[in-house]
Amino acid sequence: MKTICFYFQVHQPYRLRRYRFFDIAENHDYFDDYLNKSIIRKVAEKCYLPTNKLLLDLINESDGKFRISYSISGTAIDQFEMYAPDVLESFKRLAETGCVEFLSETYSHSLSSLRSLPEFTRQIELHRKKIQQHFNQTPTVFRNTELIYSDNIGNDIANMGFKGMLSEGAKHILGWKSPNFVYNNAINPKLKLLLKNFTLSDDIAFRFSNQAWGEWPLTTEKFVHWLNSIDEGDEIVNLFMDYETFGEHQWEETGIFDFMRNLPKRVFSNSNFEFLTPSQAIEKHQPVAKMHVQYPISWADEERDLTAWLGNNLQDEAFNKLYSLLDKMNFVIDQNLLRDWKYLQTSDHFYYMCTKWFSDGDVHKYFNPYDSPYDAFINYMNVLSDFMMRVDKYLEEQKIDVRNYSSSEISQMIAYYQRKIDEFNSLLKSKNDVKPDLIRQNIPRKTKAKQRQEKYVE
Amino acid sequence: MRVLMFGWEFPPHITGGLGTACYGLVKGLAKNNVDVLFVVPKAYGDEDASAVKIVNASDIEVNLQSISIEEFWKKVSFLNIASNLIPYVSPEEFKEIESKNTLDKVDIRQTIFKTKYEFTGKYGHDLLEEVSRYALIAQEIACTNNFDVIHAHDWLTYPAGIAAKVASGKPLIIHVHATEFDRSGENINQSVFDIERQGMLAADKIITVSNYTQNIVVNRYGIDSSKVFTVHNAVDFDLENYEHKRWEKSVPEKVVTFLGRITFQKGPEYFVEAANIVLQRYKNVRFVMAGSGDMLNRMVDRVAKLGISDKFHFTGFLKGDDVDKMFMKSDVYVMPSVSEPFGISPLEAMRASVPVIISKQSGVSEVLKHAVKVDFWDIDAMADAIYGLLCYDGLSTMFRDLGKQEVLALKWEDAAKKINNIYHSVNN
Repeated sequence: MKTICFYFQVHQPYRLRRYRFFDIAENHDYFDDYLNKSIIRKVAEKCYLPTNKLLLDLINESDGKFRISYSISGTAIDQFEMYAPDVLESFKRLAETGCVEFLSETYSHSLSSLRSLPEFTRQIELHRKKIQQHFNQTPTVFRNTELIYSDNIGNDIANMGFKGMLSEGAKHILGWKSPNFVYNNAINPKLKLLLKNFTLSDDIAFRFSNQAWGEWPLTTEKFVHWLNSIDEGDEIVNLFMDYETFGEHQWEETGIFDFMRNLPKRVFSNSNFEFLTPSQAIEKHQPVAKMHVQYPISWADEERDLTAWLGNNLQDEAFNKLYSLLDKMNFVIDQNLLRDWKYLQTSDHFYYMCTKWFSDGDVHKYFNPYDSPYDAFINYMNVLSDFMMRVDKYLEEQKIDVRNYSSSEISQMIAYYQRKIDEFNSLLKSKNDVKPDLIRQNIPRKTKAKQRQEKYVE
Repeated sequence: MRVLMFGWEFPPHITGGLGTACYGLVKGLAKNNVDVLFVVPKAYGDEDASAVKIVNASDIEVNLQSISIEEFWKKVSFLNIASNLIPYVSPEEFKEIESKNTLDKVDIRQTIFKTKYEFTGKYGHDLLEEVSRYALIAQEIACTNNFDVIHAHDWLTYPAGIAAKVASGKPLIIHVHATEFDRSGENINQSVFDIERQGMLAADKIITVSNYTQNIVVNRYGIDSSKVFTVHNAVDFDLENYEHKRWEKSVPEKVVTFLGRITFQKGPEYFVEAANIVLQRYKNVRFVMAGSGDMLNRMVDRVAKLGISDKFHFTGFLKGDDVDKMFMKSDVYVMPSVSEPFGISPLEAMRASVPVIISKQSGVSEVLKHAVKVDFWDIDAMADAIYGLLCYDGLSTMFRDLGKQEVLALKWEDAAKKINNIYHSVNN
């Protein structure tokens, strides 16, 4: 039996508010809460909630034969926690069916794979914890931001213990080869690769409602017919798309929900396909060849390269300045700084700075809250400048603590705090004898300054 | 003495220094007992209603309103004509802006000095057409008002001035705040040049804002130097209001600021290159480019390319309090203008006790002693001066104190006195 493998990308960035030069060093609140909340709510109503319900119904109706997978970025989950707990709940219902696989990705949907292995690893780890926490699954298949892939990235992923990875079936990489097989990594053959069938995927994701398209309207009959007409030997069709395709990019009025509602039935009755999740698919199918990808590819735009995020002066500058912080961030444990560090790495910020507006301009514009790439750059750099100052200040403060005291002072402090600890210990012992309310009153309230005064008096 | 004055913008709706200059001049004239009837094309229609009274003037055809400013200068009336003249926009840009708003195109080849203007009921979509329409209305105003002298500010109002002169027979003074050579370098717009030259030829006397501009008028436009006079601009600082404003510096580093339209004329690229040189050697500084203009995107790109964007910031267009705020947060102000007839913003910086570096190609350098003067193209000298003012406290303290004294001594009242003398000289 041949395989259909559905994977849906769920991602929302933390969009920045208008952050001006005057805000630098005065205001450390970077994100547009109102905009983010309203977008999450809008997409939740139009896409996430109705589509989750539909897919849950389909799974139940098919006795679990309909299977799908998601990759939900950490920034999206964070925003669901804040603004749309109902969406998070509905994903949990899906997880409980056992027919839904959650893939691994970088927490902040970042481009870290292109710059730093430790940071890349750290973000994957953070994301894994988040997925475990909410969905009670440990991802075994990885998909990188925008399906960015190269031999080296694949090798890194294999070394982290992943069994498989998703990528784009880019024409300039595959040449005459078909994306409808499982391949493996050129450096580490243990890592299996699932490649997006971009023709059939984009028929749904991009062309579905396009009335100028010769095949419009797309029906389930037609689509299943196309599935059936792939080469005899082909084993798997990978349908990878943004989840927002349903209800958001393709409005409900276009019939996209009806299309999905009827698709599984039609596949079961009229074809030789079954639905598998990515980990099931790589379990079932053997890799046919190594895929060689020397330079990174992605699923974006006509070029299937990285130029939507990197390449022009603005993007390169912002990217380099951001990751010049890598070494410093190793010493940071402050939660606020770490959170902003995550959110600032989201690839969308670089996407907004893209200057190639012409061929894929429509898609870019649709997602872009800025008037121009220059505008996006100015705003991002103002935020980043403030962030860099905070990091420096934080590290400076950490240093001062250590530097300011001589060794005799430090031993004095140790002695002082030792006495305090003893004092508190004896207080703790007597705690059982005294009523809680009284304890609170008994503890002397002292400011740090007072404590230091005492220390020197002693 | 009663003056019919044609301007093109008025505070608070200003896009450049001209509106501020007219405001200062008119106030200065009022102190010299000169009545002014000030005419502006209606660009915004929401001038500060607390300071002005809006009256419908039924004696003038077309959509015209008379506004009298009560507070300072009861003698000045404020005429408002419905028109979409946009100041500081070249004819090409104007066409672009307008064509976005409308589908119908009108023949743009209107004669500027046509005696009969046939109104279509629509307003023109072409800057030159607007200028000629303005002239037509000027004629109406000249016929229905009493005055002794006509005073027109910059090329957009010259045809209006000429028309008023023709209609009334009163002497015309034109006031050159900028020429086409300042705005466009050598690639001048011929129609604009022609209007400027006709204005200069028709004028009885010409006032230029600096000797620098006087030279251009005489040499580039071939005007007889005996009728050209320089009256330097001044600044009237409302110190009472100003002293209340206090913005503390927020960033720990020193701040070096460029503030103005980001166009060829203002030399923004020299500021970027000088900033780059300074940053290679001195880290405790941030550069800010405030304003917007057709070269903004190119500057952003250049800053990114140089890799200094964490220390070089853009603010976009600043309005009202934000301008003062920007100055107060600055340690050095740089005006690297390629060609600047006068340049009022260094004076605003000096008022805020900020040392300034100005290009020798600016009119303001003729009146200032306590400012560093460099050639606009000399980025090494500019970098040197920035570095010196940042690092040597003695230097910056001196510039700060003496500069503020110097700038407070410049008064519009004095400039207005000179202009009043010119009025009297043509009136006899």
